[in-house]
Amino acid sequence: MQQKRGIDLIVGLFVLGGIAALVFLALRVGNLSTASVDNAYRLYAEFDNIGGLKLKAPVTLAGVNIGRVTDVKIEKAFYTAVVEMSIDSKYDNLPEDTSAAILTAGLLGSQYVGLEPGAEESYLADGDKIEITQSSLVLENLISTFITSGAGQGAAAQSGSESSGDDF
Amino acid sequence: MNWIADLGAKTLQYVAGLGRAGRFFAALTGACLIALSRFSLVVKQLYSVGVLTLLIILVSGLFVGMVLGLQGYYTLVSFGAESSLGLVVALSLTRELGPVLSALLFAGRAGSALTAEIGLMKATQQLDAMEMMATDPLPIVIAPRFLAGFIALPLLTAIFTSIGVIGGYLIGVQQLGLDSGVYWAAMQEGVDFYDDIINGVIKSLVFGLVVTFIAVYQGYFATPTSEGVSRATTRTVVNASLSVLGLDYVLTALMFGEI
Repeated sequence: MQQKRGIDLIVGLFVLGGIAALVFLALRVGNLSTASVDNAYRLYAEFDNIGGLKLKAPVTLAGVNIGRVTDVKIEKAFYTAVVEMSIDSKYDNLPEDTSAAILTAGLLGSQYVGLEPGAEESYLADGDKIEITQSSLVLENLISTFITSGAGQGAAAQSGSESSGDDF
Repeated sequence: MNWIADLGAKTLQYVAGLGRAGRFFAALTGACLIALSRFSLVVKQLYSVGVLTLLIILVSGLFVGMVLGLQGYYTLVSFGAESSLGLVVALSLTRELGPVLSALLFAGRAGSALTAEIGLMKATQQLDAMEMMATDPLPIVIAPRFLAGFIALPLLTAIFTSIGVIGGYLIGVQQLGLDSGVYWAAMQEGVDFYDDIINGVIKSLVFGLVVTFIAVYQGYFATPTSEGVSRATTRTVVNASLSVLGLDYVLTALMFGEI
């Protein structure tokens, strides 16, 4: 009987160890501790271009993570992207003129939505839409803008030097 | 012409074997319900199937995690992406290496022992003796072992994966000087609880079912001689390992395919 209790005890410890390992995986390795926003409200924002924004990308306010991107759709009438965000309801005092921008973490990091609070007295509520948005910076567009404007500037600088006498 | 007849005989044998396995599985499922009411039998088998396999799982998990940390670090550092080491280690372990390697080790350590034990019981006519006493050996001998394997493998897999992640931490952070916060943050950023961890657990449940079923089946239908038992044991390890690797592909394609 004594030996039987011993085996029971060891098996119990084994099962507990396995469950503890699962909990460790869930909380420390996985994102269960951070992923679910229990009490959340939804906000929408319309962007011309969302670049590489992905589902579950963080939504930050002053650099602090306050929510997640939960859905991305196309607004058929305007050919724009509508991003649905789920924001922790602890932060329910975002002014109505809050602006949203798609930013990049680091030089080539993943993209996230950064919120910039405005100055209105009334607050955004569940289902509201953020009106002021800034689209993602697409590297190719940036480079092509840089090349064309750089060429333009070069031409402008030349014409400027030629006509500098006229201005002054 | 003889070889055509041989082919027919082999095919018939194979189909008959499949049918026998199917009937055995149905009988075993029924027997498992009876065995659940005598849970102390299952606990006893959990000791020999699960606890005694723990050491080999712990040691291999630690070393697999350490190797992943080392290889991952040297590969990633050439892209300047060593900050993703935690993610590489955790995803490889939760999705693939944890369930598959645990199942292979389990087949080698516990599956072979199950087959040999049941096969020897059959060879020494212990199972026949039980039937002579009008006692069905399925709920008393076979079902507790089957249930124990089914319960033990997911737990062993979780332990294997956890210890592997810690092994990667030991090498990546303690030895190669990666920042500890970066290691865990990259992991939590990229590993999804439902998509990665739960899918890994589902894999290990399927593997537990398949490996243990093959083990008890081979033992129960082993030729009752010493040679037959040794052959059955070999067949358990070979068939179980191949099934695990093949099923792993199928499960991975089903789980991660559409993304």
